[in-house]
Amino acid sequence: MGAPRPYTLVAELTYKCPLKCLYCSNPVSFSQMRDELSTEQWVRTFSEAADLGVVQLHLSGGEPVVRKDLPELIRHARSRDLYTNLITGGTLLNEEMLRQFRDCGLDHIQLSIQDTDRRTAELVAGIRSYDKKLKIAPLIKKLGFSLTINVVMHRMNIDHVPALIAQAAELGAQRLELANTQYHAWAEKNRSALMPTRAQLDQAEALVLEARPRYQGTMEIAYVKADYYAEYPKPCMGGWARSYMVITPTGEVLPCHAAHVIPGLHFDSVRDQSLTTIWADSKGLNAFRGESWMQEPCRSCPMKTIDFGGCRCQAFMLAGDAAAADPVCSLSPHHDIIQEAIAQAEQGDGRFIYRDFRNSERLSIRPLEPASR
Amino acid sequence: MIEPRMGDTVADAPASWRPRLAPRARLRWDEVEKRYMLVFPEAALMLNETAPEILKLCNGEHTVDGIIDALVQRFTGIERKVIEEDVTSFLARIRARGLLEG
Repeated sequence: MGAPRPYTLVAELTYKCPLKCLYCSNPVSFSQMRDELSTEQWVRTFSEAADLGVVQLHLSGGEPVVRKDLPELIRHARSRDLYTNLITGGTLLNEEMLRQFRDCGLDHIQLSIQDTDRRTAELVAGIRSYDKKLKIAPLIKKLGFSLTINVVMHRMNIDHVPALIAQAAELGAQRLELANTQYHAWAEKNRSALMPTRAQLDQAEALVLEARPRYQGTMEIAYVKADYYAEYPKPCMGGWARSYMVITPTGEVLPCHAAHVIPGLHFDSVRDQSLTTIWADSKGLNAFRGESWMQEPCRSCPMKTIDFGGCRCQAFMLAGDAAAADPVCSLSPHHDIIQEAIAQAEQGDGRFIYRDFRNSERLSIRPLEPASR
Repeated sequence: MIEPRMGDTVADAPASWRPRLAPRARLRWDEVEKRYMLVFPEAALMLNETAPEILKLCNGEHTVDGIIDALVQRFTGIERKVIEEDVTSFLARIRARGLLEG
């Protein structure tokens, strides 16, 4: 089987970040992975990605702006005709940096906003950041960038949908992404503090549907559903290693942000091999391509070519088997785990842990050998 | 993710309108499939033969009628009515996605 064409590369340039968001998708053990790729390694990787057919490049992190070579990376990505999007928390940006990025050809900026309510926003981010974010958005617009505002949704902000929509429109966003938390990595640690109730979700969805026509043609409102509450799983990443890849700060090529959690899978690094070879031959990437790995109820399910059995990482984390059906599926024999989590959400629980270096150190099981490579 | 989304509302494009491609949308040649592609945040549209010619004229200078005229001259052998239909529906579709200004 030939490898499919990849369209999207998420380049996690660094795990360094001034924010400590409770739902961060970086691995809990990020503190153990400090050996970042060099400028030259990223440049080569972007070229190989373009040759493979990648169109969309997301420069992400951590906070990608902490990389001093970001302008050079942007310039190179554009020279290879990659549609280059910066995913940023915005707190470290200033006008001069934005001008430099624009002059290097940056196509688009995606700014995270935690909430319209300052107290909740800063509680979730773990630092003072609310004012900085609101100040940087108009500068992004002033320099002529189009802007996406991304809000990760959870029980503390999901009741603020109308305010979030109004604020994004006021800030001049062309696209607003309201994305329910995916319970991996730090979000999984903080699930009981983050998970909304069904009543909250129903209301939020109704408000999004109601608002959409009013912004048609000016602001697109994307809404990513909460998969715990869905009847069938999401087609995670559009299928394992089909069109999407994530490269970690240390160079590992993953099918998604979370695939680290599945034990026994080997992912290769662009330090050691070309991206072209890795995309085609990586054992980890090939592990769940296609359908031959599927078990029942997926194997005979008519939905299998639509949702690909859902999320492999979630299947491992919740059902203990990465080849099982995603337990969010109502047909999964492990669906009771999801129902329990939903019942817990009705109770609520205020305890949480911040995504920061010290907590990462504390939660990491130190391997005998370095984690990367 | 690359996925042309269906079900965009198609509103008629007024004839006096001089559409201009929004700065966040980029027309690019795709070397893999050997055809043009319109790329914008989070998505891309693979284009047919006429769409890139329409988009190249979306620079704020040409009216929709002007674009139709230019295409009629370029694609001889296709009826004007067919081209008119093609241009207006394509422009309305991408305008609904916020990819056209002016």
